[in-house]
Amino acid sequence: MNKRSRRKVLVLALVFGVSIATVLGLTALEENMLFFFSPTQVNAGEAPQERSFRVGGLVVPGSINRLPDSLTVQFEVTDNAENMTVEYTGILPDLFREGEGIVAIGSFAAGGRFVADEVLAKHDENYMPPEVADALKASGQYDYSGKM
Amino acid sequence: MGGYAFFVWGSYAVALIVVLGNIVTPIMQRKKVIKRIKRTIKRESIELSRSNQGQ
Amino acid sequence: MWNWIQRFSSPKHFYSMSVPLIKWFAIAALVIGLYGLYLGLFVAPTDYKQGDSYRIIFIHVPAAWLAMFIYMVMAVSAGIGIIWRIRLADMVAAASAPIGASFTFLALVTGSLWGKPMWGTYWIWDARLTSMLILLFLYLGYMALQSAIDDQRSADKASGLLAIVGAVNIPIIHYSVEWWNTLHQGASVAKFDAPSIHIDMLIPLLLMAVAFKLFYATMVLVRTRNESLYRDRNRRWVREIVEKL
Repeated sequence: MNKRSRRKVLVLALVFGVSIATVLGLTALEENMLFFFSPTQVNAGEAPQERSFRVGGLVVPGSINRLPDSLTVQFEVTDNAENMTVEYTGILPDLFREGEGIVAIGSFAAGGRFVADEVLAKHDENYMPPEVADALKASGQYDYSGKM
Repeated sequence: MGGYAFFVWGSYAVALIVVLGNIVTPIMQRKKVIKRIKRTIKRESIELSRSNQGQ
Repeated sequence: MWNWIQRFSSPKHFYSMSVPLIKWFAIAALVIGLYGLYLGLFVAPTDYKQGDSYRIIFIHVPAAWLAMFIYMVMAVSAGIGIIWRIRLADMVAAASAPIGASFTFLALVTGSLWGKPMWGTYWIWDARLTSMLILLFLYLGYMALQSAIDDQRSADKASGLLAIVGAVNIPIIHYSVEWWNTLHQGASVAKFDAPSIHIDMLIPLLLMAVAFKLFYATMVLVRTRNESLYRDRNRRWVREIVEKL
C-alpha cells in the first residue's frame, strides 16, 4: 500500500473506532439511567429481579453493620421516604460516610437480599477546611443531606 | 498527603508530562520544518545551476 | 477595514508580530503557575471530607476548563477560516487541536486518579465522564482528518466542519451534571450564587486556571508559527527567513 491509501485506511479505522466508542458510551449511559432505582421503587418491586441495577440514596446514620471476621458490611440506604438494606463485601470508598450519598450496583441474591458488587460514593460540590465545616455545623447552617 | 500521595503526586506528574510534551513537540516540529525547507532550497538551487549549464 | 484584517492576518505579519507575545505569555504563565502551585500544595487548607486528595482539583479543573475553552477557540477559528477564508484562522484551529487533546487527556486521567479513592472507581460511564471522552475523540478526529487529506484547503474544510458540528458537545459537558443523574458533583465555581468552595482553595484554583490559559496562549502561538512556516514553505517570505537561519 502506498502512503496515501494507508492513511485512508487509518482514518476509516479511526472514524469507525470513534463511532463505536460513542455508541457504546451512549448505550452504557442509557442503561445506567434506565436501571437506576430509589429505595422506594425497589421496595415497590419495580427493580428487576434477574439483572443487576443501581440503587442510589443516603447512608442511614447508625445503620452500618460490619459482619465479624470479614470485609462484609451491611447498611441501609434511604431516599428520605423508604429504606432498604445493602450488603457489600470489599473495601468501601473513602467518602462512604453516614448521611452521605452513595450508588450501589448489584442484584438480588437468594432470600431477597440486595448484594452490591460495587459501592460508589457521591460527593457534593462543597470544599472547605474542617474548621469551617465545624463552625457551619455548630451554627446549624450545614446542610447534612448530600444531594442525590 | 494524608494517604493520598499516589493519587495526588500521580496527577501532578501526569500534568508535568503533558506540559513538557506540549513544549518539546512544537520545538522539534519547527526544526523538522526548517530542515525540510532548507533541503528544498538546496535542491532547487542545484537544479537551477544545472539547467543554466545545459544552455 | 477588510484590507486591514487581511494585512494583519497575513501569516508573514503574524510570524514577526507573535515573538514578543510568546515571550510575555510564557513568563506570565510561569510566574502565575508557580505561585498557584505553591498556594495549592502548601498553603490551601485540607478539605473537611476529602482530606488532601482534593488537591488534584488544582490540576483537574483548570485542565477540564482549558480543554473546553480550546475547543471553542478551535471551532470558532475553523468557522472563520471556512467562511471568510482567513488562512491564519485555519492555522490557529490546526495548532489548537493537539494542545486541546492533551489537556482533555489530562483532565480524564486526573479525574480518574481522584475518582478511585473518593468514589471507589477509576471510571464510570456517567454523563460527565462520557461527554468528556467524546471531546477527546473529537480532537483526535480533527487531527486525523487534518493529516489524512493532502490538499490543505480541503483538509481545513473537512476538519473544520467536524470541529463546528462537535461544538454541541460543549454545552452537553457543562450541563451534564444537571441534566443527568451523574456521579460527578455539580459546579462549585460557575454558579450564580456564591461559589461553594472556600476562598483559600478558590484563589489557587483560579490562579492555576489563568496559568493554564496563558500556557495555551503561548503554545498556540508557537504552533501557529510552525504552521505558517510549513504552509507557506514555497513563498518568498518563508524562504528569506529560513535562509537566514
